Amino acid sequence: MRNIMAFIAGGTFGAGLLISGMTDTTKVQGWLDIFGVWDPTLAFVMGGAIIPMAIAWGLTKGRTPLMGGLFPPRPEARLGRNLIVGSTLFGMGWGLAGLCPGPSIASLSFGGIGGITFVVAMAVGMWFAPKLRDRMDALAPASA
Amino acid sequence: MEQDWILGLIGGGIIGIAGAIYLLSNGRIMGASGIIGGLVDGSAGNQSKERLSFVAGLFLVPTLIAAIMGIGETNVSDNLVVVAIAGLLVGVGTRIANGCTSGHGVCGISRLSLRGMVATVFYIGAGGLTVVLFRHLLGVI
Repeated sequence: MRNIMAFIAGGTFGAGLLISGMTDTTKVQGWLDIFGVWDPTLAFVMGGAIIPMAIAWGLTKGRTPLMGGLFPPRPEARLGRNLIVGSTLFGMGWGLAGLCPGPSIASLSFGGIGGITFVVAMAVGMWFAPKLRDRMDALAPASA
Repeated sequence: MEQDWILGLIGGGIIGIAGAIYLLSNGRIMGASGIIGGLVDGSAGNQSKERLSFVAGLFLVPTLIAAIMGIGETNVSDNLVVVAIAGLLVGVGTRIANGCTSGHGVCGISRLSLRGMVATVFYIGAGGLTVVLFRHLLGVI
């Protein structure tokens, strides 16, 4: 049942990404390109997504998940080096290709060779990241 | 153009509902990079089946909709070197930062998480600078 709900959530997420236009790299790069023909679509997508999600967070109070277990605890509000460095690297790649992890999987069947190349490279990066993070921490310990 | 915004708002709402389902039902944060990354580096452990199910839905449902409705323009660059570098940066960056647009952005900002908001400022800032540099100054993308 957990897996069925995860499939439904993933499928709903994918449908939303496709309908919102976030699988179209020109819309993402158009939002980031403040010196070009600026495309505000991404702001509408973010706003539209945050509203139901904020309601959901409100509903977690005093409850437990339907499938059992506990809701994820609030992370410590610590802004470590990894958060800043990682988000900057991610943003560079996001700007270069106009793809982030969710849409890259959602568009894998119709994104052509470019989409497949991106997902393979992303998987390599994700596999390599923990090793890089350990290296960074060994050189200079950082939290989060 | 206006139609794009409306579709953006509707699609965004659907994305938020997806996150709400995953949270309220399974008690998990819908972060694409964490879900995929945990499968790739083997840290997902006993959550592997749940995460694979999520990824299967994320792949199959848009595939079906795109095929049936004949939509799905991605306009991914045909410069495979640029695309591969971008993929590497996204993979490494999201795992080091522990989140991407869905986890830090949608799920983080909606619970007023400082980490989510700061991450979002940095990836949008870096993305904006990258597009300006590589499109307007270097003409690569």
